[in-house]
Amino acid sequence: MSRISASNLTVRRGGRAILDEVSLDLEDGAFVAVIGANGAGKSTLLSVLAGLLKPEAGEVMVEGARLAGLDRRDLARRRAYLPQNPRAEWPIAVERLVALGLIPHLPAFGPLEGGWEPRLTEALAACDLIAQRFQPATTLSGGELARAMLARAMIGDPQILIADEPVSGLDPRHALDTVGRLQGLAGQGKLVVAALHDLTLAARFCSHILALRDGRLAAFGPTADTLTPELIRAVFDVDARIGGQGRSTYVDFLGVTPAGG
Amino acid sequence: MTSARRLPGFVLPAATIALLAVATVGSLFLGRVNLSPADVLAGLAAPQASLAGLVVTELRIPRAALAILVGASLGLSGAVLQGLLRNPLAEPGLLGVSNGAALGAVVSIYFGIEHVFPLATPLLGLAGALGAGALTFAFGRGSTLSLILAGAAVCSLMSAFLALALNFAPSPYAAYEMSVWMLGSLAERSWDHIFLAAPFILAGMAILATMGRAVDALALGELQARSLGVHLDRTRVLALLGVGLAVGAATSVTGAVGFIGLVAPHLVRPFVGHQPSRTLLPSALLGAVLLLLADIGTRVIHTNTELRLGAITSLVGAPFFFWLVLRLRKLAP
Repeated sequence: MSRISASNLTVRRGGRAILDEVSLDLEDGAFVAVIGANGAGKSTLLSVLAGLLKPEAGEVMVEGARLAGLDRRDLARRRAYLPQNPRAEWPIAVERLVALGLIPHLPAFGPLEGGWEPRLTEALAACDLIAQRFQPATTLSGGELARAMLARAMIGDPQILIADEPVSGLDPRHALDTVGRLQGLAGQGKLVVAALHDLTLAARFCSHILALRDGRLAAFGPTADTLTPELIRAVFDVDARIGGQGRSTYVDFLGVTPAGG
Repeated sequence: MTSARRLPGFVLPAATIALLAVATVGSLFLGRVNLSPADVLAGLAAPQASLAGLVVTELRIPRAALAILVGASLGLSGAVLQGLLRNPLAEPGLLGVSNGAALGAVVSIYFGIEHVFPLATPLLGLAGALGAGALTFAFGRGSTLSLILAGAAVCSLMSAFLALALNFAPSPYAAYEMSVWMLGSLAERSWDHIFLAAPFILAGMAILATMGRAVDALALGELQARSLGVHLDRTRVLALLGVGLAVGAATSVTGAVGFIGLVAPHLVRPFVGHQPSRTLLPSALLGAVLLLLADIGTRVIHTNTELRLGAITSLVGAPFFFWLVLRLRKLAP
């Protein structure tokens, strides 16, 4: 049984199809890069898969159960979602921010069973945040905040992580760091789905590529077979060269494909 | 290790409870009628026997009890709304509830219903508050911004009706009575008023007290809060209902009392590490303390005409507002 299975997902807004009949099966241990031009429907697809947006047609199944029928808290325990550029609204300490990820695990009354201290320390250590533990979250740098939000998402140990452009606004070092962490999670057997604009990062770190063009599924498959110059031209209207292999793969953009070319 | 840089969790509630006790005692011993502490104690021991006993049991105790109820409801509502809307300037009046209560009460004064049935003013005030809250939600559901905008629209609509009522007041006396009522006061409120308002205030506060986890999750923004299992629309309805009941009932008995709901959460926030859920209880306690102190102020500051509660809280609250603006300006990049 697939971890997430979606069939014929369709979302319309203002008469236009943002998502058009998208079907896919996602398995544990995969790190899926969702790629596509601006407005191709990446964020919408992620919201639908995360259960935050109801599709007009089609259905998402999570572990064989209808996503729409799942209890909110139950779903929140199984999958974490990170929006684009998440930020803290109050200057709460990093450890408090990270602990908010345990909210779906709290019993109706009283504290968390087994205490939150061990889990918190583990999550902070996993994301190298021990030094920032008591720092107000609003004073973190972009890279630190990205790590704190990832720790927040993973502290409840969900099986699925859905992240919308987790590296947007990060410098190369922190972008590499973040994508490396996501790959590590997939390596632990989790399903990670992330929208990415940096195709070189996607080529190097992601196990699968899911390409969208105008709301339609353009391609979905293992990275090595799927990410080709032909796909990049079909999805982005850009001529590209792909060189290197494995961890040294790079995607080089040569220029905009001439119309009709 | 966790508590190394914070006060232990019980310190702030304990400190605010101690403050509350001091303010309550102050409220019982200070007043227009000059009673010595011995008189007050004797009055408490033998309630009906003396003038002092009557002053204490029929005037000062209900006044202090009402101040605690109303102050706590304002403080708690302010804390919940600031957390829900993630806006440091949010306060109970923002959603139109206070103005709705004022309009209901003014209608009762306008038509002279209060002379026929004394509790008509608080009852109509409560109805006005709940009506205004329902109107705000009907137009503002769906997003935080639309909720704030709908609140502003309902506020101005209620203000327009209030202006109209003052404009066409049946007599100068009625106009005077309305404007005085709108200034807010705890004077001459009887146990009847308290028994009428208390169930609604307590029910509203009980609803608001359950919202800690939702406002905590909202510290991460709406999308992440939803992904954590928070039902945003239900949270907004509950907040509006809680504020409508608590502040509506409070305002319908005391008139409009500004700034306490705005100020109390800000005063406690630095002591609880800014976590929204931890501001709720201390804000309620501090709101009660602030209102007790303001009410003591109306009694010990001697003026020819009674100094009104709303005037005092605004006088003290407005400079606080300036301070808040300066602070936010400094924090902003």
